[in-house]
Amino acid sequence: MAMLEGTSRAPDEIVAVVPPDLVECTVEKVAINAVMAGCRPDYLPVVLAALEAVCTDEFNMHGLLATTMSVGPVLVVNGPIRRSLGMNSDINCFGQGNRANATIGRALQLVIRNVGGGRPGGVDRAVFGNPGKLGFCFAEDEEGSPWGPLSADLGGEAGRDAVTIFPGEGPRTIVDQLSRDPESLSRTFAVNLRALYHPKMVIAFDCLLAISPEHSRVFSQAGWSKEQMVARVCELLQIPMEELKRGAGGIAEGMPENIPAPSLPKFKPGGLLVVHCGGSAGLFSAAIPGWVGGAVGSQPVTKEIRS
Amino acid sequence: MSTTTDAARVILDPTAERTPAVREAVARPSSLDGLDLALLDISKARGDVFLNRLEELFSERGAKVKRYSKPTFTKPAPLDLRKEIARECSAVVEALAD
Repeated sequence: MAMLEGTSRAPDEIVAVVPPDLVECTVEKVAINAVMAGCRPDYLPVVLAALEAVCTDEFNMHGLLATTMSVGPVLVVNGPIRRSLGMNSDINCFGQGNRANATIGRALQLVIRNVGGGRPGGVDRAVFGNPGKLGFCFAEDEEGSPWGPLSADLGGEAGRDAVTIFPGEGPRTIVDQLSRDPESLSRTFAVNLRALYHPKMVIAFDCLLAISPEHSRVFSQAGWSKEQMVARVCELLQIPMEELKRGAGGIAEGMPENIPAPSLPKFKPGGLLVVHCGGSAGLFSAAIPGWVGGAVGSQPVTKEIRS
Repeated sequence: MSTTTDAARVILDPTAERTPAVREAVARPSSLDGLDLALLDISKARGDVFLNRLEELFSERGAKVKRYSKPTFTKPAPLDLRKEIARECSAVVEALAD
């Protein structure tokens, strides 16, 4: 009952229809699962907004469960609520040690499992899964960012409380301790991002690129906007068909030979998203690979967090 | 909401509290001869290779094969498509590939 005090919404209000069983889920059911996850009552509005976001046709939670790939919902929180909940956007933001980060994503996963019926070996057919499917939630470092927040890139309003759900895998670190100019660091991003899933697979998968303060500074000191950086990285990831086609490089995997274009982009327009987070010491960034993007797969969804 | 209570505690159910409907599978067709048979392609790569071969084999055995496909493999088949198949065919083979 104490958990329900975290929201002004009525306990019997339907929050969403939860896949895969398409069950109408009440605020109360979310609250019960939030207790099981270890949430504080003031986390509940974030869990409710996250559930609304994943249960949209755009996000396609059913597909994310059913896929043999390893993805799950990745939650990014923006707005003042990050600070009031004590969320971590700093050192070890993807890791352990912060209650809100650890339990909000967990609560969402428990609702999908307990209410929606999405269980591994049932509708969930992931070959590997990933540790983030226990719950993967963090906050953006807005104060330290030279750029606007992720939520604003996806239709939200900067400065408002919002949660963005990205269909993602586990993060993998990109190391570049020597680049001090944006062109060099863009090239590092490009060569690393090209390898996501397969260096010869393009367009299908999106990516959430987490840039740390020491890396973002390389761009901001040179006056580069986020859009400039993304545009340059995507330009560098325009790959000749000769390298991509099936059989090229002695590798059967690749793009069908009958595509008439001379080159293809690694990411479709809008497929490379950026979030600013991480500790202030370390010239690293991290790629969170996505899943099948666009209307045929799963699209990131941003929802405002309502009290 | 189901709850269990005694003087000291209240137990709440985190699940949907639903009992899945159990449906009897329809009887297997006794013969393929003249059977309206749906082949549903989920739109994954090379699913057509597998289904083309199935169509050949079923046709040789007298089935009347009709082909259907999902708009995308990432989402459940639209309800209208499921109804269309149920209306037009007596059996369905749903196939993926990779």
